[in-house]
Amino acid sequence: MSMTMTQKILAAHCGTDSVRAGDMIVADCDLVLGNDITAPVAVNEFEKCGCGRVFDGGKIALVMDHFTPNKDIMAAEQVKKVRDFATDMKVKNYFDVGEMGVEHALLPERGMVTAGDLVIGADSHTCTYGALGAFSTGVGSTDMAAAMASGKVWLRVPEAISAVLTGKPGPYVSGKDVILHLIKQIGVDGALYQSLEFSGDGVAALTVDDRLCICNMAIEAGGKNGIFPVDEQTLAYLKEHGAKEPKVYSADADAKYARTITMDLSKLKPIVAFPHLPENGRTFDEIGEVKIDQAVIGSCTNGRLSDLRDAAKVFKGRKVAKGVRAIIIPATQKIWMDAMHEGLFDIFVEAGCAVSTPTCGPCLGGHMGILARGERCVATTNRNFVGRMGDTQSEVYLSSAAVAAASAVMGKLAAPDMLD
Amino acid sequence: MELKGKAICYGDNIDTDVIIPARYLTTSDPAELARHCMEDIDPDFHSKIETGDIIAAGSNFGCGSSREHAPLAIKTAGISCVIAKSFARIFYRNAVNIGLPIIVSDAEIREGDKLSVDLKNGILVNETTGEKANFPAFPAFLQGIIEAGGLMKAMAGGVFR
Ligand code: SF4
Repeated sequence: MSMTMTQKILAAHCGTDSVRAGDMIVADCDLVLGNDITAPVAVNEFEKCGCGRVFDGGKIALVMDHFTPNKDIMAAEQVKKVRDFATDMKVKNYFDVGEMGVEHALLPERGMVTAGDLVIGADSHTCTYGALGAFSTGVGSTDMAAAMASGKVWLRVPEAISAVLTGKPGPYVSGKDVILHLIKQIGVDGALYQSLEFSGDGVAALTVDDRLCICNMAIEAGGKNGIFPVDEQTLAYLKEHGAKEPKVYSADADAKYARTITMDLSKLKPIVAFPHLPENGRTFDEIGEVKIDQAVIGSCTNGRLSDLRDAAKVFKGRKVAKGVRAIIIPATQKIWMDAMHEGLFDIFVEAGCAVSTPTCGPCLGGHMGILARGERCVATTNRNFVGRMGDTQSEVYLSSAAVAAASAVMGKLAAPDMLD
Repeated sequence: MELKGKAICYGDNIDTDVIIPARYLTTSDPAELARHCMEDIDPDFHSKIETGDIIAAGSNFGCGSSREHAPLAIKTAGISCVIAKSFARIFYRNAVNIGLPIIVSDAEIREGDKLSVDLKNGILVNETTGEKANFPAFPAFLQGIIEAGGLMKAMAGGVFR
Protein backbone atom coordinates (compact mmCIF):
# COMPACT_ATOMS: atom_id res chain seq x y z
CA MET A 1 0.00 0.00 0.00
CA SER A 2 1.42 3.36 -0.90
CA MET A 3 1.85 5.82 1.95
CA THR A 4 2.77 9.45 2.53
CA MET A 5 5.87 10.30 4.59
CA THR A 6 3.68 11.04 7.60
CA GLN A 7 1.80 7.76 7.25
CA LYS A 8 5.06 5.81 7.16
CA ILE A 9 6.26 7.36 10.41
CA LEU A 10 2.89 6.67 12.05
CA ALA A 11 2.89 3.05 10.87
CA ALA A 12 6.37 2.54 12.31
CA HIS A 13 5.17 3.86 15.68
CA CYS A 14 2.20 1.59 16.02
CA GLY A 15 3.92 -1.59 14.94
CA THR A 16 2.21 -2.18 11.62
CA ASP A 17 3.43 -2.20 8.05
CA SER A 18 0.86 0.17 6.75
CA VAL A 19 -1.82 2.59 7.81
CA ARG A 20 -4.51 4.31 5.82
CA ALA A 21 -5.96 7.80 6.07
CA GLY A 22 -8.82 7.73 8.55
CA ASP A 23 -7.49 4.80 10.62
CA MET A 24 -7.57 5.33 14.38
CA ILE A 25 -4.26 4.24 15.87
CA VAL A 26 -2.51 4.16 19.23
CA ALA A 27 1.10 5.17 18.66
CA ASP A 28 4.30 5.23 20.73
CA CYS A 29 5.81 8.64 21.45
CA ASP A 30 9.53 9.40 21.27
CA LEU A 31 9.02 12.68 23.10
CA VAL A 32 6.18 14.27 25.07
CA LEU A 33 6.29 18.05 25.52
CA GLY A 34 4.48 20.53 27.74
CA ASN A 35 4.90 24.12 28.87
CA ASP A 36 4.07 26.32 31.84
CA ILE A 37 0.45 26.78 30.67
CA THR A 38 -0.45 23.28 29.52
CA ALA A 39 1.70 21.14 31.82
CA PRO A 40 -0.01 22.26 35.08
CA VAL A 41 -3.34 20.99 33.69
CA ALA A 42 -1.63 17.75 32.62
CA VAL A 43 -0.05 17.35 36.05
CA ASN A 44 -3.50 17.78 37.65
CA GLU A 45 -4.91 15.06 35.39
CA PHE A 46 -1.91 12.81 35.95
CA GLU A 47 -2.25 13.12 39.72
CA LYS A 48 -6.04 12.78 39.75
CA CYS A 49 -5.92 9.48 37.93
CA GLY A 50 -3.30 8.01 40.27
CA CYS A 51 -1.04 7.17 37.33
CA GLY A 52 1.99 6.61 39.58
CA ARG A 53 5.25 7.07 37.66
CA VAL A 54 5.89 8.57 34.24
CA PHE A 55 6.63 6.09 31.44
CA ASP A 56 10.15 7.42 30.82
CA GLY A 57 11.70 10.45 32.52
CA GLY A 58 14.06 10.83 29.57
CA LYS A 59 11.31 11.19 26.99
CA ILE A 60 9.42 14.10 28.51
CA ALA A 61 10.32 17.76 28.03
CA LEU A 62 8.89 20.49 30.26
CA VAL A 63 9.70 23.99 29.05
CA MET A 64 8.73 26.99 31.18
CA ASP A 65 8.53 29.62 28.47
CA HIS A 66 5.19 31.43 28.28
CA PHE A 67 4.95 33.65 31.36
CA THR A 68 8.57 33.31 32.43
CA PRO A 69 10.55 34.86 34.07
CA ASN A 70 7.39 34.51 36.17
CA LYS A 71 5.28 37.57 35.52
CA ASP A 72 3.16 37.34 38.67
CA ILE A 73 2.39 35.18 41.67
CA MET A 74 -0.04 32.92 39.84
CA ALA A 75 2.45 32.26 37.04
CA ALA A 76 5.08 31.48 39.67
CA GLU A 77 2.74 28.97 41.32
CA GLN A 78 2.12 27.22 38.01
CA VAL A 79 5.80 26.89 37.27
CA LYS A 80 6.43 25.65 40.81
CA LYS A 81 3.84 22.92 40.32
CA VAL A 82 5.61 21.71 37.18
CA ARG A 83 9.07 22.04 38.72
CA ASP A 84 8.02 19.92 41.72
CA PHE A 85 6.51 17.35 39.39
CA ALA A 86 9.70 17.21 37.30
CA THR A 87 11.84 16.69 40.39
CA ASP A 88 9.52 14.09 41.78
CA MET A 89 9.21 12.15 38.54
CA LYS A 90 12.88 12.54 37.59
CA VAL A 91 12.05 14.30 34.35
CA LYS A 92 15.48 15.07 32.98
CA ASN A 93 14.52 17.71 30.45
CA TYR A 94 12.98 20.39 32.62
CA PHE A 95 13.94 23.87 31.42
CA ASP A 96 13.47 26.94 33.56
CA VAL A 97 14.88 30.48 33.50
CA GLY A 98 18.59 30.45 32.70
CA GLU A 99 18.36 27.38 30.50
CA MET A 100 15.04 27.70 28.85
CA GLY A 101 14.08 29.08 25.50
CA VAL A 102 10.85 29.11 23.54
CA GLU A 103 10.10 25.39 23.36
CA HIS A 104 10.02 24.91 19.58
CA ALA A 105 13.31 26.73 19.15
CA LEU A 106 14.86 24.98 22.14
CA LEU A 107 14.14 21.31 21.36
CA PRO A 108 15.71 21.25 17.87
CA GLU A 109 18.67 23.28 19.15
CA ARG A 110 19.24 20.74 21.93
CA GLY A 111 19.09 17.84 19.48
CA MET A 112 16.02 16.46 21.22
CA VAL A 113 14.17 15.64 18.01
CA THR A 114 15.51 13.59 15.13
CA ALA A 115 14.20 12.52 11.74
CA GLY A 116 11.64 9.73 11.98
CA ASP A 117 10.59 10.59 15.55
CA LEU A 118 7.00 10.84 16.72
CA VAL A 119 6.62 13.85 18.98
CA ILE A 120 3.50 15.15 20.65
CA GLY A 121 3.31 18.34 22.61
CA ALA A 122 0.63 20.14 24.57
CA ASP A 123 1.26 23.19 22.44
CA SER A 124 -0.23 23.73 19.03
CA HIS A 125 3.07 24.72 17.41
CA THR A 126 4.63 21.34 18.18
CA CYS A 127 4.20 20.79 14.43
CA THR A 128 7.48 22.74 14.02
CA TYR A 129 9.68 19.62 14.08
CA GLY A 130 8.35 18.36 10.76
CA ALA A 131 11.16 20.51 9.39
CA LEU A 132 13.54 17.83 10.65
CA GLY A 133 11.66 14.95 9.04
CA ALA A 134 9.80 14.00 12.23
CA PHE A 135 6.07 13.58 12.75
CA SER A 136 5.11 16.08 15.38
CA THR A 137 1.77 17.50 16.34
CA GLY A 138 0.02 19.54 18.98
CA VAL A 139 -2.35 17.89 21.41
CA GLY A 140 -4.07 18.89 24.66
CA SER A 141 -3.15 18.58 28.31
CA THR A 142 -5.11 15.38 28.90
CA ASP A 143 -3.32 13.79 25.93
CA MET A 144 -0.08 14.91 27.52
CA ALA A 145 -1.04 13.42 30.90
CA ALA A 146 -2.01 10.12 29.27
CA ALA A 147 1.21 10.08 27.24
CA MET A 148 3.35 10.85 30.30
CA ALA A 149 1.76 7.85 31.98
CA SER A 150 1.75 5.42 29.07
CA GLY A 151 4.07 6.76 26.37
CA LYS A 152 1.15 6.53 23.97
CA VAL A 153 -1.23 8.77 22.06
CA TRP A 154 -4.34 8.17 19.98
CA LEU A 155 -4.25 9.57 16.49
CA ARG A 156 -6.38 9.57 13.41
CA VAL A 157 -4.13 8.90 10.42
CA PRO A 158 -4.31 12.03 8.26
CA GLU A 159 -4.53 12.36 4.53
CA ALA A 160 -2.11 14.85 3.06
CA ILE A 161 -1.80 17.88 0.86
CA SER A 162 1.25 17.79 -1.36
CA ALA A 163 2.93 21.21 -1.43
CA VAL A 164 5.43 21.27 -4.27
CA LEU A 165 7.93 24.11 -4.00
CA THR A 166 9.98 25.18 -6.99
CA GLY A 167 12.56 27.88 -7.67
CA LYS A 168 14.63 30.02 -5.31
CA PRO A 169 13.26 32.82 -3.15
CA GLY A 170 14.44 36.32 -4.06
CA PRO A 171 15.93 38.93 -1.71
CA TYR A 172 14.06 39.55 1.57
CA VAL A 173 11.85 36.52 1.01
CA SER A 174 12.10 34.02 3.87
CA GLY A 175 10.31 30.94 5.16
CA LYS A 176 7.77 33.23 6.83
CA ASP A 177 6.80 34.72 3.49
CA VAL A 178 6.44 31.22 2.01
CA ILE A 179 4.07 30.00 4.71
CA LEU A 180 2.03 33.24 4.84
CA HIS A 181 1.55 33.00 1.06
CA LEU A 182 0.49 29.37 1.41
CA ILE A 183 -2.01 30.13 4.20
CA LYS A 184 -3.36 33.03 2.16
CA GLN A 185 -3.91 30.59 -0.69
CA ILE A 186 -5.59 27.75 1.22
CA GLY A 187 -7.12 29.57 4.22
CA VAL A 188 -6.89 29.04 7.96
CA ASP A 189 -8.76 25.75 7.69
CA GLY A 190 -7.39 24.77 4.28
CA ALA A 191 -5.43 21.82 5.68
CA LEU A 192 -7.83 20.85 8.48
CA TYR A 193 -7.00 17.35 9.83
CA GLN A 194 -4.40 16.97 7.03
CA SER A 195 -0.64 16.80 6.70
CA LEU A 196 1.18 19.38 4.63
CA GLU A 197 3.94 17.44 2.90
CA PHE A 198 6.52 19.62 1.20
CA SER A 199 8.63 18.54 -1.76
CA GLY A 200 10.16 19.88 -4.95
CA ASP A 201 13.44 21.45 -6.00
CA GLY A 202 12.58 24.57 -4.01
CA VAL A 203 13.16 22.71 -0.75
CA ALA A 204 16.93 22.83 -1.22
CA ALA A 205 16.74 26.62 -1.46
CA LEU A 206 15.22 26.84 2.02
CA THR A 207 17.42 26.71 5.11
CA VAL A 208 16.50 24.50 8.06
CA ASP A 209 15.46 27.69 9.90
CA ASP A 210 13.11 28.55 7.02
CA ARG A 211 11.64 25.05 7.18
CA LEU A 212 11.18 25.25 10.97
CA CYS A 213 9.27 28.49 10.47
CA ILE A 214 7.13 26.99 7.69
CA CYS A 215 6.22 23.84 9.65
CA ASN A 216 5.61 25.97 12.76
CA MET A 217 2.69 27.62 11.00
CA ALA A 218 1.16 24.46 9.46
CA ILE A 219 -1.34 24.66 12.32
CA GLU A 220 -2.39 28.13 11.14
CA ALA A 221 -3.80 26.38 8.06
CA GLY A 222 -5.51 23.89 10.38
CA GLY A 223 -2.92 21.20 9.55
CA LYS A 224 -2.13 18.27 11.78
CA ASN A 225 1.53 18.45 10.83
CA GLY A 226 3.85 19.88 8.25
CA ILE A 227 6.77 17.79 7.06
CA PHE A 228 9.85 18.24 4.89
CA PRO A 229 11.89 15.52 3.20
CA VAL A 230 15.23 14.80 4.85
CA ASP A 231 18.16 16.11 2.80
CA GLU A 232 21.83 16.97 3.28
CA GLN A 233 20.92 20.16 5.13
CA THR A 234 18.67 18.27 7.57
CA LEU A 235 21.32 15.66 8.27
CA ALA A 236 23.98 18.30 8.81
CA TYR A 237 21.66 20.19 11.21
CA LEU A 238 20.87 17.04 13.20
CA LYS A 239 24.53 16.17 13.47
CA GLU A 240 25.57 19.66 14.49
CA HIS A 241 22.98 19.67 17.28
CA GLY A 242 23.82 16.19 18.55
CA ALA A 243 20.48 14.58 17.71
CA LYS A 244 20.00 10.82 17.83
CA GLU A 245 20.65 8.73 14.74
CA PRO A 246 18.02 9.80 12.19
CA LYS A 247 15.55 7.40 10.59
CA VAL A 248 14.80 8.64 7.14
CA TYR A 249 11.33 8.04 5.73
CA SER A 250 10.09 9.28 2.41
CA ALA A 251 6.73 9.28 0.71
CA ASP A 252 6.07 6.54 -1.84
CA ALA A 253 6.22 7.74 -5.42
CA ASP A 254 2.58 6.76 -5.85
CA ALA A 255 1.41 8.09 -2.47
CA LYS A 256 -2.11 9.51 -2.61
CA TYR A 257 -2.70 13.15 -1.80
CA ALA A 258 -5.98 14.96 -1.25
CA ARG A 259 -4.65 17.67 -3.51
CA THR A 260 -1.47 19.20 -4.82
CA ILE A 261 -0.45 22.82 -4.49
CA THR A 262 2.52 24.20 -6.35
CA MET A 263 4.35 27.32 -5.41
CA ASP A 264 7.15 29.03 -7.35
CA LEU A 265 9.35 30.55 -4.64
CA SER A 266 11.02 32.91 -7.11
CA LYS A 267 7.68 34.67 -7.64
CA LEU A 268 7.01 35.40 -3.95
CA LYS A 269 7.21 38.87 -2.47
CA PRO A 270 7.44 39.89 1.20
CA ILE A 271 3.99 39.60 2.73
CA VAL A 272 2.19 40.81 5.86
CA ALA A 273 -0.85 39.06 7.39
CA PHE A 274 -3.41 41.67 8.45
CA PRO A 275 -5.65 41.36 11.49
CA HIS A 276 -7.30 39.17 12.63
CA LEU A 277 -6.36 35.98 10.77
CA PRO A 278 -3.07 34.62 9.41
CA GLU A 279 -4.79 34.11 6.03
CA ASN A 280 -5.17 37.86 5.48
CA GLY A 281 -1.83 38.22 3.67
CA ARG A 282 -1.11 41.32 1.63
CA THR A 283 1.98 42.18 -0.39
CA PHE A 284 3.33 45.72 -0.31
CA ASP A 285 1.60 46.78 -3.51
CA GLU A 286 -1.67 46.26 -1.60
CA ILE A 287 -0.66 47.73 1.77
CA GLY A 288 -0.49 51.52 1.66
CA GLU A 289 0.19 53.53 4.80
CA VAL A 290 -0.28 51.56 8.03
CA LYS A 291 1.34 53.26 11.01
CA ILE A 292 2.61 51.05 13.82
CA ASP A 293 3.27 51.54 17.54
CA GLN A 294 5.34 48.46 18.22
CA ALA A 295 7.48 45.82 16.55
CA VAL A 296 8.21 42.43 18.11
CA ILE A 297 10.95 40.22 16.71
CA GLY A 298 11.03 36.81 18.40
CA SER A 299 8.90 33.71 19.12
CA CYS A 300 9.04 30.07 18.06
CA THR A 301 8.33 31.18 14.51
CA ASN A 302 11.09 33.76 13.99
CA GLY A 303 13.26 34.18 17.06
CA ARG A 304 16.24 32.24 15.70
CA LEU A 305 19.72 33.56 15.02
CA SER A 306 19.05 33.87 11.28
CA ASP A 307 16.03 36.06 12.05
CA LEU A 308 18.06 38.28 14.36
CA ARG A 309 20.71 38.59 11.65
CA ASP A 310 18.05 39.60 9.11
CA ALA A 311 16.77 42.24 11.53
CA ALA A 312 20.27 43.50 12.36
CA LYS A 313 21.06 44.01 8.66
CA VAL A 314 18.10 46.39 8.52
CA PHE A 315 18.76 48.16 11.83
CA LYS A 316 22.49 48.66 11.23
CA GLY A 317 23.22 52.37 11.09
CA ARG A 318 19.52 53.24 11.38
CA LYS A 319 17.16 54.23 14.19
CA VAL A 320 13.79 52.99 15.31
CA ALA A 321 11.20 55.62 14.35
CA LYS A 322 10.19 58.03 17.09
CA GLY A 323 7.16 56.74 18.97
CA VAL A 324 7.73 53.08 18.03
CA ARG A 325 8.76 50.44 20.57
CA ALA A 326 10.95 47.71 19.06
CA ILE A 327 11.38 44.59 21.17
CA ILE A 328 13.85 41.87 20.24
CA ILE A 329 13.44 38.49 21.94
CA PRO A 330 16.07 35.87 21.08
CA ALA A 331 14.25 32.54 21.36
CA THR A 332 16.85 30.66 23.44
CA GLN A 333 19.81 31.33 25.72
CA LYS A 334 22.18 30.05 23.05
CA ILE A 335 20.70 32.30 20.38
CA TRP A 336 20.95 35.18 22.86
CA MET A 337 24.63 34.52 23.47
CA ASP A 338 25.49 33.95 19.81
CA ALA A 339 23.73 37.18 18.88
CA MET A 340 25.62 39.03 21.57
CA HIS A 341 29.00 37.65 20.42
CA GLU A 342 28.24 38.55 16.83
CA GLY A 343 27.67 42.14 17.91
CA LEU A 344 23.98 42.13 16.98
CA PHE A 345 23.00 43.58 20.36
CA ASP A 346 25.15 46.66 19.72
CA ILE A 347 23.28 47.22 16.50
CA PHE A 348 19.88 46.71 18.14
CA VAL A 349 20.54 48.90 21.16
CA GLU A 350 22.14 51.67 19.12
CA ALA A 351 19.06 51.63 16.89
CA GLY A 352 16.86 52.05 19.96
CA CYS A 353 15.54 48.49 20.36
CA ALA A 354 15.02 46.73 23.70
CA VAL A 355 16.56 43.25 23.93
CA SER A 356 14.80 40.75 26.18
CA THR A 357 15.69 37.45 27.80
CA PRO A 358 14.06 34.48 26.02
CA THR A 359 10.29 34.20 26.62
CA CYS A 360 7.03 33.83 24.68
CA GLY A 361 5.98 37.04 26.43
CA PRO A 362 4.01 39.30 24.10
CA CYS A 363 3.36 36.61 21.46
CA LEU A 364 0.33 35.43 23.43
CA GLY A 365 -0.36 38.67 25.24
CA GLY A 366 1.41 37.38 28.34
CA HIS A 367 3.82 40.15 29.28
CA MET A 368 6.84 42.12 27.96
CA GLY A 369 5.04 44.23 25.38
CA ILE A 370 1.26 44.24 25.74
CA LEU A 371 -0.76 46.50 23.46
CA ALA A 372 -3.20 49.22 24.52
CA ARG A 373 -6.56 49.86 22.89
CA GLY A 374 -6.16 50.93 19.27
CA GLU A 375 -2.42 50.16 19.06
CA ARG A 376 -0.84 48.32 16.15
CA CYS A 377 2.09 45.94 16.29
CA VAL A 378 4.05 44.26 13.53
CA ALA A 379 5.29 40.93 14.87
CA THR A 380 7.27 37.96 13.65
CA THR A 381 4.95 35.71 15.66
CA ASN A 382 2.34 33.37 14.18
CA ARG A 383 -1.10 34.57 15.31
CA ASN A 384 -2.95 37.83 14.93
CA PHE A 385 -6.29 36.87 16.50
CA VAL A 386 -8.47 39.39 18.33
CA GLY A 387 -6.77 40.37 21.59
CA ARG A 388 -3.78 38.06 20.96
CA MET A 389 -1.22 40.66 22.12
CA GLY A 390 -3.34 42.79 24.41
CA ASP A 391 -6.52 44.83 24.20
CA THR A 392 -9.28 43.42 21.97
CA GLN A 393 -9.13 46.68 20.00
CA SER A 394 -5.39 46.33 19.28
CA GLU A 395 -4.04 44.87 16.04
CA VAL A 396 -1.23 42.46 15.19
CA TYR A 397 0.37 42.28 11.73
CA LEU A 398 2.45 39.17 11.01
CA SER A 399 5.66 39.38 9.01
CA SER A 400 9.24 38.21 8.62
CA ALA A 401 12.02 39.66 10.78
CA ALA A 402 13.32 41.81 7.92
CA VAL A 403 9.90 43.38 7.35
CA ALA A 404 9.31 43.91 11.08
CA ALA A 405 12.67 45.67 11.38
CA ALA A 406 12.07 47.85 8.32
CA SER A 407 8.64 48.74 9.69
CA ALA A 408 10.15 49.71 13.04
CA VAL A 409 12.54 52.06 11.25
CA MET A 410 9.86 53.61 9.03
CA GLY A 411 7.18 53.76 11.75
CA LYS A 412 4.77 52.06 9.35
CA LEU A 413 4.51 48.74 7.55
CA ALA A 414 7.49 48.64 5.19
CA ALA A 415 9.63 46.19 3.25
CA PRO A 416 13.43 46.46 3.55
CA ASP A 417 13.79 47.62 -0.06
CA MET A 418 11.65 50.66 0.75
CA LEU A 419 14.31 51.97 3.14
CA ASP A 420 16.84 53.70 0.91
CA MET B 1 -28.15 10.93 26.29
CA GLU B 2 -30.44 13.80 25.34
CA LEU B 3 -29.32 17.41 25.67
CA LYS B 4 -31.69 20.35 25.56
CA GLY B 5 -30.96 24.05 25.51
CA LYS B 6 -31.18 27.23 23.51
CA ALA B 7 -28.65 28.10 20.85
CA ILE B 8 -25.94 30.72 21.35
CA CYS B 9 -24.55 31.47 17.88
CA TYR B 10 -21.08 32.45 16.67
CA GLY B 11 -19.41 32.70 13.25
CA ASP B 12 -16.42 30.99 11.61
CA ASN B 13 -12.89 30.58 13.02
CA ILE B 14 -13.74 31.13 16.68
CA ASP B 15 -10.23 30.80 18.10
CA THR B 16 -9.12 29.68 21.54
CA ASP B 17 -7.76 33.17 22.27
CA VAL B 18 -11.30 34.54 22.29
CA ILE B 19 -12.76 31.46 24.00
CA ILE B 20 -10.36 31.96 26.89
CA PRO B 21 -7.80 34.77 26.55
CA ALA B 22 -4.21 33.86 27.44
CA ARG B 23 -4.10 36.53 30.14
CA TYR B 24 -6.25 34.23 32.28
CA LEU B 25 -4.08 31.16 31.76
CA THR B 26 -2.11 31.72 34.92
CA THR B 27 -4.67 29.44 36.52
CA SER B 28 -5.96 25.98 35.73
CA ASP B 29 -8.99 26.32 38.03
CA PRO B 30 -12.03 25.43 35.87
CA ALA B 31 -14.41 27.79 37.72
CA GLU B 32 -12.05 30.74 37.29
CA LEU B 33 -11.56 29.91 33.59
CA ALA B 34 -15.32 29.60 33.09
CA ARG B 35 -15.81 33.13 34.47
CA HIS B 36 -13.86 34.54 31.50
CA CYS B 37 -15.27 32.23 28.83
CA MET B 38 -15.94 34.04 25.48
CA GLU B 39 -15.14 37.36 27.16
CA ASP B 40 -13.25 38.89 24.23
CA ILE B 41 -15.84 38.09 21.60
CA ASP B 42 -19.06 38.19 23.60
CA PRO B 43 -18.93 40.12 26.88
CA ASP B 44 -22.62 39.25 27.48
CA PHE B 45 -22.02 35.50 27.28
CA HIS B 46 -22.69 34.84 30.94
CA SER B 47 -25.83 36.93 31.16
CA LYS B 48 -27.20 35.13 28.08
CA ILE B 49 -26.66 31.52 29.00
CA GLU B 50 -28.48 29.08 31.20
CA THR B 51 -27.09 25.72 32.17
CA GLY B 52 -27.53 23.28 29.32
CA ASP B 53 -27.42 25.84 26.51
CA ILE B 54 -25.70 24.91 23.28
CA ILE B 55 -23.09 26.82 21.29
CA ALA B 56 -23.73 26.73 17.53
CA ALA B 57 -20.91 28.03 15.35
CA GLY B 58 -19.50 28.08 11.84
CA SER B 59 -16.40 26.34 10.54
CA ASN B 60 -13.03 25.76 12.25
CA PHE B 61 -14.36 26.26 15.79
CA GLY B 62 -11.57 26.25 18.40
CA CYS B 63 -8.69 27.04 16.06
CA GLY B 64 -5.44 28.32 17.47
CA SER B 65 -3.73 27.24 20.63
CA SER B 66 -3.79 23.76 22.15
CA ARG B 67 -5.12 25.09 25.44
CA GLU B 68 -7.51 22.56 26.93
CA HIS B 69 -8.61 25.46 29.08
CA ALA B 70 -10.92 26.36 26.16
CA PRO B 71 -13.25 23.33 26.14
CA LEU B 72 -12.89 23.18 29.92
CA ALA B 73 -14.09 26.78 30.29
CA ILE B 74 -17.03 26.12 27.95
CA LYS B 75 -18.00 22.93 29.76
CA THR B 76 -17.66 24.45 33.23
CA ALA B 77 -19.65 27.51 32.19
CA GLY B 78 -22.61 25.16 31.75
CA ILE B 79 -22.69 24.67 27.99
CA SER B 80 -23.96 21.16 27.30
CA CYS B 81 -22.58 20.76 23.80
CA VAL B 82 -21.01 22.60 20.86
CA ILE B 83 -22.33 22.28 17.33
CA ALA B 84 -20.15 23.57 14.48
CA LYS B 85 -19.73 23.15 10.75
CA SER B 86 -16.18 21.94 11.52
CA PHE B 87 -13.80 21.89 14.47
CA ALA B 88 -10.10 22.66 14.64
CA ARG B 89 -8.39 19.37 15.33
CA ILE B 90 -6.83 20.01 18.75
CA PHE B 91 -10.08 21.44 20.08
CA TYR B 92 -11.85 18.35 18.74
CA ARG B 93 -9.54 15.93 20.53
CA ASN B 94 -9.54 17.99 23.72
CA ALA B 95 -13.33 17.96 23.79
CA VAL B 96 -13.37 14.17 23.36
CA ASN B 97 -10.68 13.73 26.00
CA ILE B 98 -12.46 15.82 28.64
CA GLY B 99 -15.98 14.72 27.77
CA LEU B 100 -17.49 17.87 26.23
CA PRO B 101 -19.96 16.66 23.58
CA ILE B 102 -19.30 18.18 20.14
CA ILE B 103 -21.27 17.73 16.95
CA VAL B 104 -20.37 18.41 13.35
CA SER B 105 -23.45 19.69 11.55
CA ASP B 106 -24.43 22.13 8.81
CA ALA B 107 -27.93 22.53 10.25
CA GLU B 108 -29.40 26.01 10.04
CA ILE B 109 -29.51 27.36 13.60
CA ARG B 110 -30.42 30.86 14.79
CA GLU B 111 -29.65 32.57 18.09
CA GLY B 112 -32.16 31.52 20.72
CA ASP B 113 -33.52 28.47 18.82
CA LYS B 114 -34.53 25.66 21.18
CA LEU B 115 -32.44 22.60 20.34
CA SER B 116 -32.49 19.03 21.42
CA VAL B 117 -29.67 16.64 20.73
CA ASP B 118 -29.82 12.87 20.90
CA LEU B 119 -26.14 11.99 21.11
CA LYS B 120 -26.57 8.25 20.96
CA ASN B 121 -28.66 8.17 17.81
CA GLY B 122 -27.09 11.21 16.17
CA ILE B 123 -30.24 13.30 15.87
CA LEU B 124 -30.42 17.07 16.19
CA VAL B 125 -33.88 18.64 16.43
CA ASN B 126 -34.46 22.36 16.15
CA GLU B 127 -37.68 22.62 18.13
CA THR B 128 -38.15 26.25 17.13
CA THR B 129 -38.15 25.58 13.38
CA GLY B 130 -39.20 21.94 13.52
CA GLU B 131 -36.18 20.91 11.45
CA LYS B 132 -34.48 17.63 12.08
CA ALA B 133 -30.94 16.66 11.10
CA ASN B 134 -28.77 13.62 11.50
CA PHE B 135 -25.14 13.95 12.43
CA PRO B 136 -22.42 11.33 12.03
CA ALA B 137 -21.47 9.19 14.99
CA PHE B 138 -17.93 9.34 16.35
CA PRO B 139 -15.56 6.60 15.21
CA ALA B 140 -15.99 3.63 17.56
CA PHE B 141 -12.62 4.25 19.20
CA LEU B 142 -13.58 7.80 20.20
CA GLN B 143 -17.06 6.69 21.22
CA GLY B 144 -15.29 4.39 23.67
CA ILE B 145 -13.34 7.29 25.18
CA ILE B 146 -16.50 9.37 25.48
CA GLU B 147 -18.45 6.55 27.08
CA ALA B 148 -15.65 5.91 29.56
CA GLY B 149 -15.95 9.53 30.67
CA GLY B 150 -12.80 10.89 29.06
CA LEU B 151 -9.31 9.74 28.10
CA MET B 152 -7.85 9.25 31.59
CA LYS B 153 -10.69 6.93 32.57
CA ALA B 154 -10.54 5.15 29.22
CA MET B 155 -6.82 4.62 29.74
CA ALA B 156 -7.44 3.15 33.19
CA GLY B 157 -9.88 0.87 31.40
CA GLY B 158 -7.16 -0.29 29.00
CA VAL B 159 -7.81 1.68 25.82
CA PHE B 160 -4.06 1.98 25.15
CA ARG B 161 -3.31 -1.69 25.73
S1 SF4 C 1 6.28 31.90 20.99
FE1 SF4 C 1 4.06 32.22 20.83
S2 SF4 C 1 3.31 30.64 19.47
FE2 SF4 C 1 5.39 30.06 20.09
S3 SF4 C 1 5.11 28.69 21.84
FE3 SF4 C 1 5.34 30.76 22.64
S4 SF4 C 1 3.25 31.59 22.82
FE4 SF4 C 1 3.17 29.79 21.50
